[in-house]
Amino acid sequence: MVTVSMTVNGRQVSKEVEDRRLLVDFLREDLGLTGTHVGCDTSQCGACVVHLDGKAVKSCTMLAAQADGASVKTIEGLADGAELHPLQAAFKEHHGLQCGFCTPGMIMSGADIIARHGSDLDEATVRLELEGNICRCTGYHNIVKAILAAAGEMGGGMKQAAE
Amino acid sequence: MYSLSYRRASSVEEARRLFKEASDAAYLAGGHTLLPAMKQRLAAHDVLVDLGAIADMKGIGVSGDGLTIGGGVTHAEVAGSQEVKGAIPSLAALAGSIGDAQVRHRGTLGGSIANNDPAADYPAAALALAATIRTDGREIAADDFFTALYETALEEGEIVTGVSFRIPETAGYAKFRNPASRYPMAGVFVARHKDGTVRVAVTGAGNEGVFRWSEAEQALSGNFAAEALAGLSVDPDMMMGDIHGSPEYRANLVAVMARRALGSLGSAEAII
Ligand SMILES: Cc1cc2nc3c(=O)[nH]c(=O)nc-3n(C[C@H](O)[C@H](O)[C@H](O)COP(=O)(O)OP(=O)(O)OC[C@H]3O[C@@H](n4cnc5c(N)ncnc54)[C@H](O)[C@@H]3O)c2cc1C
Ligand code: FES
Ligand code: FES
Repeated sequence: MVTVSMTVNGRQVSKEVEDRRLLVDFLREDLGLTGTHVGCDTSQCGACVVHLDGKAVKSCTMLAAQADGASVKTIEGLADGAELHPLQAAFKEHHGLQCGFCTPGMIMSGADIIARHGSDLDEATVRLELEGNICRCTGYHNIVKAILAAAGEMGGGMKQAAE
Repeated sequence: MYSLSYRRASSVEEARRLFKEASDAAYLAGGHTLLPAMKQRLAAHDVLVDLGAIADMKGIGVSGDGLTIGGGVTHAEVAGSQEVKGAIPSLAALAGSIGDAQVRHRGTLGGSIANNDPAADYPAAALALAATIRTDGREIAADDFFTALYETALEEGEIVTGVSFRIPETAGYAKFRNPASRYPMAGVFVARHKDGTVRVAVTGAGNEGVFRWSEAEQALSGNFAAEALAGLSVDPDMMMGDIHGSPEYRANLVAVMARRALGSLGSAEAII
């Protein structure tokens, strides 16, 4: 067993877990944050994407112990109280989801894409950057639209705002 | 995943010691090859020694004719580095074409080189850029490093601390991706060095892993342009064949990717 301590959505947490505990299971099972999903066994689908020290990572392909001392943000940490994050609002507005299974990962990846590209974002870049996120329902069209709309909405000071 | 003990090393020496103390340890870098294999119980280790906190393995620096990148540097860091973009732009572009954004945030140069997946991107750059693999005990020329599929010259417990790439006069990379796995089905890195020598390395296609295509190197040393490769082909007997493509198909891809690499000097082209 290892003691794992990290900041999750701004809250300091510390738990004793098995060394082999995956970060995604730590979030879902130990912290009850079930917004982060598991969609595959091959590190390809991106349903599990969270931010680790500000960068999008696949939480199914990391041990919780590797995140010891880090700061993690999940889909639950994105909204400001009752007010949706611009990306969440854009997914709703542009019908960026159907079944919703991929959506937490899409939104966390979208925030990372906006944080890295800022206002330079165009459709081709969004499509290329979504390589690691698979959606079985939407055909991606409205996901891309929602991310572009949120990028526009979030404007110039985006690099911080996306976090 | 089977049960294991996790240890985080803060120095190369500590990592070596922790590795030696265990009966069947493995180093854990980005974990993007090792953990998927362990999750599927295709691999098992009693101890994982995490190299991720070793500061000495994280630098990027240019000195003279060499660009040295620490073994712990992630693909995203290589892709975004001004030093790499300035010295060898095609290497930065190659790193930026590996997997997806999330994989690039975790996967490392050392992990990729040590794993020597026959379809990995970096080994092609290491061969074509006459790299020197630096370990905790010695330096190994890339030509002697990649020995067979998933096999390298590394000894038990040896750590790749960094890779020094020779800065070429010009270089380019082109690959054709497997539509499902997204690893290259054939990737060709071409480089013309400052002393006039030409190196051409092929990944993804060879049945013994990454290799130098010497006929192409000869043809290009007179004329470093796609037309010099007209009529040249690799022997299908040297190619992998699987459900994704026959040896003949891969042999053709290699020739096409070599020409495309010459059309992408200073960058990297990833097809589909
Ligand atoms: C979805 C997906 C897509 C991918 N696509 C591509 C692709 O298109 N092209 C490509 O090239 N790769 C691809 N990869 C692989 C990725 O680049 C890996 O990150 C990389 O191959 C291994 O690096 P790592 O740091 O993750 O190593 P790990 O998985 O941590 O380790 C891999 C192996 O190397 C050993 N090791 C690690 N570091 C060292 C070191 N410094 N010294 C000695 N031994 C060490 C480990 O013990 C282990 O055996 C993909 C991976 C995934 C999950
Ligand atoms: S669950 Fe993590 S990539 Fe699919
Ligand atoms: S909305 Fe169903 S998988 Fe994307």
